[in-house]
Amino acid sequence: MSNYTFTLNGSSVNVDAPGDLALLWVLRDKLGITGPKYGCGVNVCKACTCLVNGKAVPTCVTSVASVAGKKVTTIEGLANGDTLHPVQQAWLDRDVPQCGFCQPGQIMAAVDLLSRTKNPTDADIDAIENMCRCGTYGRIREAIKAAAVAMG
Amino acid sequence: MNQPIGPAPDPDSVTELSSISRRSLLAYAVSAPVLTVAAGFGANLAAPSTAVAALALTPPDTVDTYDIGDSLVQTALPTMPLVTLAVGTDGRVRLDLPRLESGQGIATACGMMVAEELDVPLAMVDVTAADARPELMFNQISGGSAAVRCFDAALPLIAATARARLLAAAAQQWGTSTFGLTVDAGVVIAPDGRTATYASLTVLASTLPAPTGAVPKPSSQYKVIGKAAARLDARDIVTGKKKFTMDQAVPNAKPTMLRMPSQIRGTVVSVNNLNTVAGMPGVIAVVVVPGGGTIVPNPPGVAVMAETFGQAYAAANALDITWGDGPLKGQSDATIQATLKAAIAPLALPPLGALTVEGEFQFAAATHCPMEVECAIADVRADRAEIWAGLQTPIITQQAIAIDLGLPQDKVKVHVVPSGGSFGRRLFWDPVQVAAQVSKLTGRVCKLMYHRTDDIRQTRVRPPQYHKVRATLLLGQVIAYEQRIAAVRLDARHGYGEIVTASGGALPPIVQQTVGNLGYEEFFFKTMVASPYNFGVGTKVLTPVAINMNTVSYRSVHIQPARSVEEIMVDEIARKLGMDPLAFRLSYLRLERARAVLRAVAAAGNWGKAMPAGCAQGIAVHQETRSFTASLVEVDAREPGNAKVTKAVIAIDVGKPINPLGIQAQIQGGLAESIALVLNAGLTIKDGLPIESSYSNYRFTKMKDYPKDVQVIVMPNQGDPIGGLGEVGLSANSGAIANAYARATGLKPRKFPLNAQPVYTPVAPGKLPVPVFIS
Repeated sequence: MSNYTFTLNGSSVNVDAPGDLALLWVLRDKLGITGPKYGCGVNVCKACTCLVNGKAVPTCVTSVASVAGKKVTTIEGLANGDTLHPVQQAWLDRDVPQCGFCQPGQIMAAVDLLSRTKNPTDADIDAIENMCRCGTYGRIREAIKAAAVAMG
Repeated sequence: MNQPIGPAPDPDSVTELSSISRRSLLAYAVSAPVLTVAAGFGANLAAPSTAVAALALTPPDTVDTYDIGDSLVQTALPTMPLVTLAVGTDGRVRLDLPRLESGQGIATACGMMVAEELDVPLAMVDVTAADARPELMFNQISGGSAAVRCFDAALPLIAATARARLLAAAAQQWGTSTFGLTVDAGVVIAPDGRTATYASLTVLASTLPAPTGAVPKPSSQYKVIGKAAARLDARDIVTGKKKFTMDQAVPNAKPTMLRMPSQIRGTVVSVNNLNTVAGMPGVIAVVVVPGGGTIVPNPPGVAVMAETFGQAYAAANALDITWGDGPLKGQSDATIQATLKAAIAPLALPPLGALTVEGEFQFAAATHCPMEVECAIADVRADRAEIWAGLQTPIITQQAIAIDLGLPQDKVKVHVVPSGGSFGRRLFWDPVQVAAQVSKLTGRVCKLMYHRTDDIRQTRVRPPQYHKVRATLLLGQVIAYEQRIAAVRLDARHGYGEIVTASGGALPPIVQQTVGNLGYEEFFFKTMVASPYNFGVGTKVLTPVAINMNTVSYRSVHIQPARSVEEIMVDEIARKLGMDPLAFRLSYLRLERARAVLRAVAAAGNWGKAMPAGCAQGIAVHQETRSFTASLVEVDAREPGNAKVTKAVIAIDVGKPINPLGIQAQIQGGLAESIALVLNAGLTIKDGLPIESSYSNYRFTKMKDYPKDVQVIVMPNQGDPIGGLGEVGLSANSGAIANAYARATGLKPRKFPLNAQPVYTPVAPGKLPVPVFIS
């Protein structure tokens, strides 16, 4: 058991954990942050996607040791108070979610994409591998494009 | 604890009064006059539709006059007055919905009915998930695409009665009659301009007798129903606040994971390093799941409880377990399909000199694979137990777990938590069985989750199927259509969601094909699978085969295969007769509503347009649960083994659309699922176990597989009875995709999924994959 400090949604946090414990379980089981979800545990479904220093990472295969000193953002930390992030707002405007289980990961993947590419092409969006079993892909695609416009 | 589906109500607004909250006072009063209210039901019930048969040869199909949804509506109605609809002293309206919201949009649709009749904005309505309530009897099962149909038949009247009572309270307060009172956004307005909010009236209203004769609005006055509404829980979802089962803050609940056997229904012979694993970091307990189980057996496995899921996973992976064989040892897809083929009932001989069109079809087993794996929380004490899970049948869950634990039924509380998808999977409660046993044996609160690998391999599947079809043509007409289906037995021992019907299907529990279960299965088949065509003597016969697998209903379980096959055969018959597939369908369809959706997609999708070589259009039509749909897709099959759907135009007629946005979402989801089932996703059984272990090899549709051009046409309300929505979206899409594939490739679609399957090294049977950390 070691001690790790990182920034979580703007605040510094400190946890005792084995260094090889996946960030997903540190967030969920030790810090009570339940937005990121378990869907496969092997970096396939991407439901656990969060941002580490602004980049989307699958937290089910990211060790807590590797995020020491870094900035971790989960879905809970994306909005600015009551003001939603433009991607969240686009998700609401298009009524994207159905069951909602994958959507925190989908939104974080979209935020990452838009941080890299101001005007993502369909091919850029096709490269998002996050699973959605309800089949909300069409609305996700529209929402990403709408958010790109909103973010200028 | 009820899990809010909409925004959480403000707890401060609930005033305690003689230990009954004011919020619930009105609800109790509304619920009282059971007979009075019940007698009024029926206003919204579907009348048997009149099947218009153009050819006298075709007898009306069972589902034209009675379908599974009708049976669910009828069995639900008697206890509808017990459903809780409450107006709080904060003015918020709460519906405690006895159904599982798992993404279908039923909570929003029901909330819209309440908002409509009570004249409140949808934003003032909270829809929560009701705990298991055994007094509801057959009125707490989520299935058969019947939730919105059930509530459309009752909820408007319940809400209209509540509104009438609030008006009566206002009238009494003002010393006037209710004549001339109107309501705007939850405020009662008198002709003289006086106003009173529902919030101020609800306590008085709860003391008044329930008025009789309240009448729901005619559809011409609808302001909410039929208009697009966003999901009630959308904001909670996009901000990460929506809580699923594993997100529940149950104190001291300990993460628990399972290892499950190397074959379906295999056994645990021995755990060879139990003490070593028990001493691993964070590990609290290692438990072999005991046998037993009421209605259905406990799933076999070894559970590891730890301080974090990461540690439970690592410890479960470290277990050295000797597994015993399961009943499918040595069996594979090939042997199972051969068994099914041998069980097919014989076809009648064609008349001498007649032309025939024939086909044999194979469907792989399919896994529901909801994003949220099977999971449950159980807190079992000596004298009581409390359960949290996403459940389609919470009453039988409560009853069966009470028997398992030797507790009185009322000492087991079952909280239903909205789930991350379900698709039929959560009709059974096996994670609750495991969590309850582990909690009992450890004395701890068990927070159990299956690994995705076992969620695919060891949970319940859509039964594999084999179909044999012969259409007989005489003088250029189809005079007979015979379809024989053999399928691995469908486990329906959940019955209608409570113990009487479940026991009828389950006795004795160890027998795979009980007489009761067979009865349910045939009843479901007969009341769900229809043919929309005039094909003379048309028969579909299901032969369930008692192969020992874990099965359960799946979205459109028998219908998607049966009707997709029929739509493929229709294209092949049309080809034999030299007819255009669209023209053929229009001339043979029995019902005008089917022709209307077909014409809609043909026009919007530009049927018959020129396509590049290797690409083609496909078209299909379908009726199910009193709804009608048609689909026109374009498929690009230029890359061998990797056909893709590039465009879809889908029309849907549900009779009475409640929420067009929700309807579009469900139909788009039906398209995504059809792409998977027809082209990409199927289970591969080898030596008694499916080898797929995640979405990388069970290839459910991803973003890149979903067409960029999709149009959903929601047909307008023309006064037809409300139909089902959740399942109807598969068969027309599936048929259209298969037909486009056939036209693009020249290959007959016969074995599903059609595309080449990925080559990979499977996770070893009985093991879990080791995560490979990227940092």
